[in-house]
Amino acid sequence: MTGRVITITSGKGGVGKTTATANISAALAAMGHKVVCMDADIGLRNLDVVLGLENRIVYDLVDVVEGRCKVRQAMIRDKRLEELYLIPAAQTRDKNAVAPKDMVRICDELRQDFDYIVIDSPAGIERGFKNAIAPADEVVIVTNPEVSAVRDADRIIGLVEAEQKGPAKLVVNRINTEMVERGDMLAVADVLELLAVELIGIVPDDTAVLVSTNKGAPIALEPKSKTGQAFRDIARRLTGEDVPFSAGNGNNGFLGRLSKLMKSKEGRNA
Amino acid sequence: MPSLSELLGRKRSASTAKDRLRVVLIHDRSALPPGVMDALRQELIEVVARHIDVDRHAVRVEMVQEGRSATLQAEIPIKATPKQPSSE
Repeated sequence: MTGRVITITSGKGGVGKTTATANISAALAAMGHKVVCMDADIGLRNLDVVLGLENRIVYDLVDVVEGRCKVRQAMIRDKRLEELYLIPAAQTRDKNAVAPKDMVRICDELRQDFDYIVIDSPAGIERGFKNAIAPADEVVIVTNPEVSAVRDADRIIGLVEAEQKGPAKLVVNRINTEMVERGDMLAVADVLELLAVELIGIVPDDTAVLVSTNKGAPIALEPKSKTGQAFRDIARRLTGEDVPFSAGNGNNGFLGRLSKLMKSKEGRNA
Repeated sequence: MPSLSELLGRKRSASTAKDRLRVVLIHDRSALPPGVMDALRQELIEVVARHIDVDRHAVRVEMVQEGRSATLQAEIPIKATPKQPSSE
């Protein structure tokens, strides 16, 4: 088995990276894949609480790096999904406790046993970000439809390309349909046009996400939730499935504009 | 494609955001501060004006985005000065 390493990153903090990591991992595991998600945000551990696994931690990523335990010992099995595991970040250390080569080594080991290794990157463009993308086969960038998040996403897309980990794929998180229709929020098509990258997901702005993180239960596992469906669609696209983007999720005539964008791109490449 | 509010002549905040981001991203990507563009414009005019008579007020210098790369576009109109027939 040779697993794929998918790194979730953003540049700006607070756009929903950890939520996306938890939900994409859960959705992949619910599809029957063997998944391990890894919190690379050393010193600001969070993926454990979002997944509701905070009480089970014994060892962490830094313990693995420094040889105090084996990778297997640091893995926590999810409560709900047999095929989902978490490797938590250390809470009492900083980013410099891990180097990019450590991440590559650990991921190479995990690739033997897992289909997907999903890494939650810290915000920023320093060591923690470099650690998170070093082992990546694929990079997913999460952004929000607001100027600061889009600007930082653009910078990250450039850095990912420079590290030869591109082309990155984009998740636009927290789309508020009403605001887009009113003309007071960037539409997904606007964000795509500005960033010129491939779209892999659109996630609505949904207060139910906060409720699910309160409980430590990923919304991707709620069959009736639209937001859960958005994360499940991202997971399916990551496995190579061609999942169409449905209309009516705040795109302001998105499909038409997207196809126009695609056509103009094709024209340029021809 | 203009949105409904644009057709009604109102500029909504989303389109302001998009316009601002377009400029910011071009400068971020080229690591070129906005202030340098003015200097560049002036220098371009000086160089070209040494050889041709240009219409200085109509010069347009801007970065244009194409996919993830940018092109520096300069439009430098030349003044129409008919060549004087040689008196010889």
